[in-house]
Amino acid sequence: MEQLLYTAEVVVNGLMAGVMYSLVALGFVLIFKASGVFNYAQGVLALFAALTLVGIQQGQVPFAHLINAITGSHLEHFGWTVPSLLAILLTAGVMILLALAIEKLVLQHLVGQAPIILFMATIGLAYFLEGLGDIMWGANVKSLDVGIPQGISETAEAWTAQLTGYGFFIDRLDIWATVIAALLVAALVAFSQYTKQGRAMRAVADDPQAALSVGISLRFIWIMVWSIAGFVALVAGIMWGTKSGVQFSLSLIALKALPVLMLGGFTSIPGAIVGGLIIGVGEKLFEYSIGPMVGGATENWFAYVLALLFLVFRPQGLFGEKIIERV
Amino acid sequence: MFYREAGDFKTTYSDDSQTFPLQLDRMGYYAVLAVAFLVVPFVIDDYWATSVMVPFLIYAIATLGLNILTGYAGQVSLGTGGFMAVGAYATYKLTTSFPDISILIHIVLAGFITALVGMLFGLPSLRIKGFYLAVATLAAQFFLVWLFNKVPWFYNYSASGQITMPERTVLGQLVTGPSVSAPAKYLVCLVFAVALAWLARNLTRGMLGRQWMAIRDMDIAAEIIGVNPLKAKLTAFGVSSFLIGIAGALFFAVYLGAAEVGEAFGINKSFLVLFMVIIGGLGSIFGSFAGAAFLVLLPVFLKNVLVGGMGWPTDLAAHVELMIVGALIVFFLIVEPHGLAQLWRLTKEKLRLWPFPH
Repeated sequence: MEQLLYTAEVVVNGLMAGVMYSLVALGFVLIFKASGVFNYAQGVLALFAALTLVGIQQGQVPFAHLINAITGSHLEHFGWTVPSLLAILLTAGVMILLALAIEKLVLQHLVGQAPIILFMATIGLAYFLEGLGDIMWGANVKSLDVGIPQGISETAEAWTAQLTGYGFFIDRLDIWATVIAALLVAALVAFSQYTKQGRAMRAVADDPQAALSVGISLRFIWIMVWSIAGFVALVAGIMWGTKSGVQFSLSLIALKALPVLMLGGFTSIPGAIVGGLIIGVGEKLFEYSIGPMVGGATENWFAYVLALLFLVFRPQGLFGEKIIERV
Repeated sequence: MFYREAGDFKTTYSDDSQTFPLQLDRMGYYAVLAVAFLVVPFVIDDYWATSVMVPFLIYAIATLGLNILTGYAGQVSLGTGGFMAVGAYATYKLTTSFPDISILIHIVLAGFITALVGMLFGLPSLRIKGFYLAVATLAAQFFLVWLFNKVPWFYNYSASGQITMPERTVLGQLVTGPSVSAPAKYLVCLVFAVALAWLARNLTRGMLGRQWMAIRDMDIAAEIIGVNPLKAKLTAFGVSSFLIGIAGALFFAVYLGAAEVGEAFGINKSFLVLFMVIIGGLGSIFGSFAGAAFLVLLPVFLKNVLVGGMGWPTDLAAHVELMIVGALIVFFLIVEPHGLAQLWRLTKEKLRLWPFPH
């Protein structure tokens, strides 16, 4: 019984971690569906968004480090702080500008290239943004606080204690992340089902040429999708940044989102969620049961190996469209 | 005028099928070899060996390896760092277990071991394609790094978890360890680079290379005309991993001397080598060398300009370098998806017509 409860706790925490992975994976799926680009830079977008948010919140001078190095000045802060909500809005604005710039400078010139070329271009973009983020806001580890509560949730502990006699440890941040992720997905689904732009987006995802011929502007859709992905990245960045601090390793969550996508299929939003949950629970359970026997830290690779084994049997993922090849 | 293909008549089949059929190419190749073997070893100093020539040659071997897999056979891999680690740890285990056998033999054996590991991780490529495969190779990257970190047998139970290369000699000359001379380091890497480039060049223009390219261009069509995809893909993984394993072995044994797996062979190494392939040119032997040279020289150059010339702090220079590398990759993909090799081809085209273009 005791063992079972521990396992249940691991599963619940795994589900919560899975939600965090899904948040990143969502951004991937959106861009992939609408433009066929496998956007490796999604994780760096999250890092960049989180860095920008902290920078705006604390009133840092952008490029302070660079300006100081060139002119010999000692700029650092404007000397004001910006309220969280306003800072989030401003950051969302920055992400939209970034989407515009990416479309204008990169994607427009790569229309019609092979998917793998586009994928590599986004790797280049990831490097660029990583450098840019560090130059703009400094490379030190920053803590992010937009007012989301953290720490053990007493309510959940009391409630589970009452129910089973053993209080589960659940982070309040994880609960919040789950709620926000659910809201985000609901909003995205509503947007793509019930608005004109959302329908246009789905049309482009279905058949870009047919969409073009009925008068949908591909450029607008791309900018919109990248902006939405930027916004999703911002949400993911806020969550991860609050959880583990804003630092370089944040961009590595993109790598964690990849097996999630492979499990769920690149083209399915529900797939991203379910894939995230499976990976989250799977790696926590594996670490809990097998980890101690092989020296731990299996979380580094378990997700990839699971996805690899899974793909061998179902190459399009759980919810992906069946791959049909023609000569 | 300067680059001529005309008037170079062949009278035997062996003339026609030699490695460089054009006389001018051949002369250029011999000239480069002569300079590399007879001039450079006498003028090279420690700075040039450790920061330019040795990393260039080692990365050129790794890039050749990845280029065979990605450029010729069309299978994108992000596991290069992991495979390099296999080469490094295999060399370490072999040379500490059998210290009397020549290190050169160990390095080649390490290549074969890596080839086996590579073929194992290449098996899913028969089912998984495109960037699904790229992500699947990440499994190799993370799993191998974790394995070398967690299993003490691989690093001989050393307290630090590092592997340290003992001193080894070739023909009485010290080639590994901390006190090795610059020309010795350089020559070992050069011999491997030349031999492997020759191997790669001849493999890619033979039957096997044609099979790889057929698979790359369209695997189903290739299968229909009689290419065995199992054989083609697995040999591509095997040969590619063989080269990458040797690069990893040299990187550890000759260049670093001591290595910690996560740091020396992490995911960044995989990306770096992939970038060298892209910038150099997918599917080109010359491009592999050009790409490796470019990305080895660029940081050295930027560091000298930004830190040495303009007095910027090193961390700032490192970030600017990241931005420049990222921007260059996007730039190359936009203006010249075929990389430096294509620029070289265009230059030759120009030289052929100069000074009377159409």
